[in-house]
Amino acid sequence: MLLNFSTDAENNVPTVQIDGLSHWFGMGYTRKQVLYSVSMKIDPGEVVLLTGPSGCGKTTLLTLIGALRRVQKGELSVLGLQLRNSRRKTRQILRKNIGMIFQGHNLLRCLTAEQNVQMGADLLKNLSYGKRRELSRNWLGEVGLEDQMEKLPHDLSGGQKQRVAIARALSASPKLLLADEPTSALDSVTGREIVSLLKRLAIEQKCSVLMVTHDPRILDVADRLLKMEDGMILPVVE
Amino acid sequence: MKLNFLQDRKIPLAWLLLTRQPLRLLVAIAGICFAGILMFMQLGFRDGLFDASVTVHKLFDADLVLVSPRSMSSISMSGFPRRRLVQAMAHKDVIGTTPVNWNFLLWRNPQTLSTRAILALGFEPGSPLLIDPNFGEKAQSLKNSGRVLFDDLSRQEFGPVSEWFSEGRIVETEVAGKRVRVAGLVSLGPSFGADGNLITSRETFLKLLPSTPPGSIEIGLVRLSAEADHAKVLRSLSASLPNDVKVLTRQEFIDFEKNYWRTSTSIGFIFTLGAAMGFVVGCVIVYQILYSDVSDHLAEYATLMAMGYRLRTLFGVVAREGIFLAVLGYVPAYLSGQALYALVRSSTKLPVAMDPQRTFLVFFLILFMCMASASVAMRRLVDADPADIF
Repeated sequence: MLLNFSTDAENNVPTVQIDGLSHWFGMGYTRKQVLYSVSMKIDPGEVVLLTGPSGCGKTTLLTLIGALRRVQKGELSVLGLQLRNSRRKTRQILRKNIGMIFQGHNLLRCLTAEQNVQMGADLLKNLSYGKRRELSRNWLGEVGLEDQMEKLPHDLSGGQKQRVAIARALSASPKLLLADEPTSALDSVTGREIVSLLKRLAIEQKCSVLMVTHDPRILDVADRLLKMEDGMILPVVE
Repeated sequence: MKLNFLQDRKIPLAWLLLTRQPLRLLVAIAGICFAGILMFMQLGFRDGLFDASVTVHKLFDADLVLVSPRSMSSISMSGFPRRRLVQAMAHKDVIGTTPVNWNFLLWRNPQTLSTRAILALGFEPGSPLLIDPNFGEKAQSLKNSGRVLFDDLSRQEFGPVSEWFSEGRIVETEVAGKRVRVAGLVSLGPSFGADGNLITSRETFLKLLPSTPPGSIEIGLVRLSAEADHAKVLRSLSASLPNDVKVLTRQEFIDFEKNYWRTSTSIGFIFTLGAAMGFVVGCVIVYQILYSDVSDHLAEYATLMAMGYRLRTLFGVVAREGIFLAVLGYVPAYLSGQALYALVRSSTKLPVAMDPQRTFLVFFLILFMCMASASVAMRRLVDADPADIF
């Protein structure tokens, strides 16, 4: 299946466009609304930080943008692709173009740092095994782990694991990067390094970034700050 | 030369997932190996039983065989008139016949003096009986009354007859309460029906078992001319001989015996059931291993799905794990099977051996077992919701 993603800034198509997005969990009496008519957009190359108290719907919004859930109500377009009523296969192909950085790293325990990154690079078509491996090594070099390539995740520190996760997300050349509290488990210095690195690499890769965070120390890296509360996006804070 | 498959290769995720926990892998291999050995042994015993039941049948020098329609198997042979062989001789393509008496008699162990049933074959020493070219010479010694040829492959419970005879000692004992002397050794082999065999002349046989009517035999061996059409002669003899006798080809005679053990006794069923049990046990073990493996790595599989990997790709990973387990479990099962077959052969003298058919059958059963278990374990993968990992 071929999908054309309209992501170029020249086309003036936002990376993410949301209009009146609502979402519920549960069925019947236990049905609970978590998102209330959310509207927002992220332009190509933009770094957006999403903050808000726990349970306000940030992660749900992130998973909807990441094509991990079905859209129930409203319009959600990612990389020019309308996700409402989209097929499972469409969402799976879209996910190949979205880099995800998880709070808990989620590295594959049986793979070395290099192999973990290569799992991302393996999603790229038309690249030989050697090229994919070279790409993985380059990305590990970019995040400063060139001397840790053969180590398994349990031999790496929390910061190093997060760097590997970033390298993995970027190795698939994503057009959108979604990060869920990437600095929550890190000390302030490492957290700052990670976010700066993320921003630099995102700019170099020309991909948009949506980062969910509670960390007030990293707010300055954002081009724009969005605040969520009770399932709604609050008016923009300058 | 450009090797595209090398360029397209990916990280061997299935192998790495399996080998990450060596102890669990070892347990899985041991379980599959155990199931494989169980199948090898049960199928080996079953086929060994069928083969052992026709060890003597295969050695007869005959193109066609006459038996009584009332005969069920080698352990319950009925007699028919010997003159049917004389009538068969009237056919132009029949060049020779051998009447054979076949019954079980009590052999006394010359060392311990205990008795045990032995299969006794009585024939005319001047007529061919076995395809062994050296047998004719040995058969001459049976012209003297009270002489027998002892099967040196008989079980040890019949006594150290072969050893004593080879040492040059005169070996005398009792068969059916009458004195006989061992005049030579032959190699026939025991079967599930008979632990040992002896060959003697019809004259001696009738003395040992006087209740046998002199004009009655259990088996009639018929040899045809080289240019004879066996099927045509069989049809002709079947039509011309009375219905108190049945004409079989040598292969039909062998199949007749095998078929008895396969269909008329519970032994074949029991061994097949044993093999099936091994298969089921193996399925349960592999399923448990793969299911817990998938469960343990569910978050990792969900991560891969979140990255854009297809569910089908992940199914492929589990399937490859199944294939690896099948191969890793099969190799030690095969080697153990070979060793155990050798042990069974040496201790029971049954013709239990690894044949290509069984080698492939057990491999494919193990492969099927692993793939079936893998496909059930895959259902767990469907539960891997990539949204849950955020």
